[in-house]
Amino acid sequence: MRIHCPHCGPRGHDEFVHHGDAALRRPPADAPDAAFHDYVYLRDNPAGPYRELWFHAAGCHSWLVVERDTRTHEIRSVTFARGDA
Amino acid sequence: MSARLPSGGLIDRTRTLRFTFDGRSHEGFAGDTLAAALLADGVRLVGRSFKYHRPRGVLTAGPEEPNALVELRAGARREPNTRATMAELYDGLEARSQNRWPSLRFDLLSVNGLFSPLLGAGFYYKTFMWPAKFWEKVYEPAIRRAAGLGSLSTEPDPDHYEKATAFCDLLVVGSGPAGLMAALVAARSGARVILAEQDFLFGGRCLSERIAIGDGSAHRWAQSVVAELASMPDVRLLPRTTVVATYDHGAYTAVERVNDHVAVPPAFEPRQRLWRIVAKRTVLAAGALERPLVFGDNDLPGVMLASAVSTYINRYAVKPGRRAVVFADNDHAWSTVADLRAAGAEIVALVDPRPDARNRAVGVARDAPLLTGVVRRALGGRGLQGVEVEGADGRVQRIDCDLLAVSGGWTPTLHLTSHLGARPRWDAARSMFLPDRLPPGMLVAGAASGGLHTAAALATGFRAAEDSLRSLGITPRGDTPPVAGEEADAWTPLWRAPSSRGKHFIDFQNDVTTADLELAHREGFGASEHAKRYTTLGMATDQGKTSALNGLATLASLTGKTIGEVGTTTYRPPYTPVAIGALAGHHRGPDFRPTRLTPSHEWAREQGAVFIESGAWLRAQYFPQAGETDWLPPVIREVQAVRSAVGLCDVSTLGKIELKGPDALEFIERLYANGWQTLAVGRARYGVMLREDGRVMDDGTVARLGEQHWFMTTTTANAVAVYQHMQHCHQVLWPELDVQFTSVTEQWAQFAVAGPHSRGLLQRVLAPGEDISNEAFPYMGARAVTLADGLRGRLFRLSFSGELAYEIAVPSRHGDAVIRRLAAAGQDLGVVPYGLEALGVMRIEKGHVAGNELTGRTSAQQLGLGRMLSTKKDYIGARLARLPALDDPADTQLVGLKPIDCKTRLVSGAHFLPIGSPTTFEHEQGYVTSVAYSPSLGHWIALGLLKNGRQRHGERLRAVDLLRGQETEVVICDPVFIDPQGDRLRG
Repeated sequence: MRIHCPHCGPRGHDEFVHHGDAALRRPPADAPDAAFHDYVYLRDNPAGPYRELWFHAAGCHSWLVVERDTRTHEIRSVTFARGDA
Repeated sequence: MSARLPSGGLIDRTRTLRFTFDGRSHEGFAGDTLAAALLADGVRLVGRSFKYHRPRGVLTAGPEEPNALVELRAGARREPNTRATMAELYDGLEARSQNRWPSLRFDLLSVNGLFSPLLGAGFYYKTFMWPAKFWEKVYEPAIRRAAGLGSLSTEPDPDHYEKATAFCDLLVVGSGPAGLMAALVAARSGARVILAEQDFLFGGRCLSERIAIGDGSAHRWAQSVVAELASMPDVRLLPRTTVVATYDHGAYTAVERVNDHVAVPPAFEPRQRLWRIVAKRTVLAAGALERPLVFGDNDLPGVMLASAVSTYINRYAVKPGRRAVVFADNDHAWSTVADLRAAGAEIVALVDPRPDARNRAVGVARDAPLLTGVVRRALGGRGLQGVEVEGADGRVQRIDCDLLAVSGGWTPTLHLTSHLGARPRWDAARSMFLPDRLPPGMLVAGAASGGLHTAAALATGFRAAEDSLRSLGITPRGDTPPVAGEEADAWTPLWRAPSSRGKHFIDFQNDVTTADLELAHREGFGASEHAKRYTTLGMATDQGKTSALNGLATLASLTGKTIGEVGTTTYRPPYTPVAIGALAGHHRGPDFRPTRLTPSHEWAREQGAVFIESGAWLRAQYFPQAGETDWLPPVIREVQAVRSAVGLCDVSTLGKIELKGPDALEFIERLYANGWQTLAVGRARYGVMLREDGRVMDDGTVARLGEQHWFMTTTTANAVAVYQHMQHCHQVLWPELDVQFTSVTEQWAQFAVAGPHSRGLLQRVLAPGEDISNEAFPYMGARAVTLADGLRGRLFRLSFSGELAYEIAVPSRHGDAVIRRLAAAGQDLGVVPYGLEALGVMRIEKGHVAGNELTGRTSAQQLGLGRMLSTKKDYIGARLARLPALDDPADTQLVGLKPIDCKTRLVSGAHFLPIGSPTTFEHEQGYVTSVAYSPSLGHWIALGLLKNGRQRHGERLRAVDLLRGQETEVVICDPVFIDPQGDRLRG
């Protein structure tokens, strides 16, 4: 796979570390236990477009949001995770 | 008797090459393959089949060869299962046949053929079921001896392999007319082109067929195109290179056989090179493979694909037989009739099942003795002596011959189109699978796209290149494709001749016959993927290249489905076998991964250090002196020196991260479980970091060097993971925090100076004004210092050993000089270097947790660090760390333990069991994590995790290690064995 890092340009996927769902939001400190449980343990496993976090470990050390189709590996967009909400 | 033609061929007759096959000497010419040279020397029997040990000869002239598998070379370079049709001949080549005993001509195991009713499909699963334990000890070894391919050299491979990466606008796979045309158009248009060809010559069918392109022969055209491509700077020609796999986004893997065609690679050259090619566009022009026909005993040496017959005649000037029968269901095989006749062979019969063939036959085929009907059976012992032909009128006759050229039509080579999961679609009109959904960026041209004649190849290659270039915004430049000669290509597939005596082989390599597929179908394994597993159809080194379609057609007729409904099995990389060495490249032995050396490595080596891998680092394990032959004496001596005098240890491998910014404190607060608000500038503190699931992730110290300037350390093992975690926290979770940080692990050399004389030693190397007295620089102090020569460094008063101790940090490039200065300055103080073992002994004596306890599954509470968990703030892991399960007395807790018999050695990994209980899992209560011989106490000590351990100090238990057969009675105690009040480190 090739990932177009917005900072470094297109690079092989072996430069990156995969981290999973980019939609997760850390619950506020006063959220119920169940919210933390879901945040830590529950994951969707979609067949289709999926926004996920990748870390450019062997590059610029940016955390990226990669929108990838899990069926075809087609990548529709790559953006910096910083400021993504 | 030589079968070499007196002239012609693309061989260099001025260069005679000598080689051996099964010890017998032969000669060939430069430009030969091993198969061509053997055929030229009249060798027809080249191997024995996998299961029945039947005699086999060369069937093909390419990578699809199922029969002619040989061992090449000898000794450490011996390589089994090499296709003789792909092995380029070189002077001194040693080749041996496989799977025969005692010899190829007389193979005792050919009696397997007599037992073939027992050895049919699924015989492994049926015959060797009972008794079950016989499988491993008796049946499997016996089967492996009898049924198998070549044997590996067990010596290390003396050659080396390398990896390379290349980028291009257009990758062209295959250099037949379509591939050359595509590469030429792209290159003339200014694109960056890579042309990969598995053969050692470019040209594909231009090398083996007498066809015309432009106003000359196809071969002359190919030569001129290759010459033009070679002259262009943006074209990379890769001969001897097989593209074996398609990956996502235009990434391909190719294997270049750089030096497989010489006995020993020249110095500094690899044997093979594994390419990763990243291509914006790809034209797949991999051609098509001819199919054998299925009839009785169709595996006899002397039965050969028609296209292979033409290749051996035209390219290698070898006449594979003198009396030939051609058996084909298509017009294309007529060119083989012409080639045979031109080579002076007698065409005894052209057998064609198609009633209309006679009316359409042109040229040589018109003159050939055409017989409408089929070959029912091949006749002969170790080689072909004749065929049994059944005419359309039902009359059966025997025709004597020594060569049977067969053609069952063509199968486009589509593997690379299917590696991403797409299945090809069945084109009933053309009787072939064709690509359906293509990998993004790939186009298919030539025979691979179903256009079998040369004109179609040139046209589709041209168009595929143009389309690829336009989609990249490159304007195609070039003329129209050259004109190609006319070719007959009408075809009516004959999937199977009428049944007859003899074995009807579908898969030659795995000895799978029509009867095996019938059996599989009867027993419920008639689906293509099931039949493959049940019969082994399409497995092993050729992966069904000649057999898949005939197998699917047989399954289709058995199940009453169309071939398209039966469907292909899954295509997986690689297209042809790849040596493990090529995949490993240089990553083997000590080069398996990079080795990181500490700043004091050279000095430690001079001190006689024994080194040990610690992650990617090579660290000093201990420093044996003269007479110390075992590891324990130097470790004891090093520990005693630290506890009584002073020792030096390189701790640069700890992860070091520097943080600055107004929100650095807040960031650290959220990162660590304990609080930092009260940490003053110039002070350091131990910290524990959790994962969000509440378990301990890592530990280390954090020093506050300035109001907004912090310096933290991680464990050696987790340095990368913690840094990545921090980046995640900063970029994803809390981008609003104004903090900057970076890893400085490589920038600082850091040495522990530990022991009662450490302060005295340091004073000798620091600048005269530096006051490091207990009052000026107490325990957990941290500050910048100046060394005696003006070098700036940092000093931390930290202790992992439990002694009065410091860590001094200097820029890495000064590390070697500083460790030498410390060692020299401490001579009269009794300074010793100490290694990882002594470090470990002292941390166990002090009850500090390390990697053996920080397993990622332990909680802070279990490790006795529960009081550190702040209740006043939010931090990573704060919520789930409070779950009762993480502080459950029924779970294990950190304890110390000692053997009851002081002389007994403890082993880590031993499990705790009550005294007197059965040694079963139900009674297991925890395990020993770290052990050490404590020189201070004079016996072995250990740390462990024990259920409700903190309440059980003084209790006796058994530590049982069933793996090493050891059982020891131990007494549980506090994990801190030495100086529990910490008086020494504060002194």
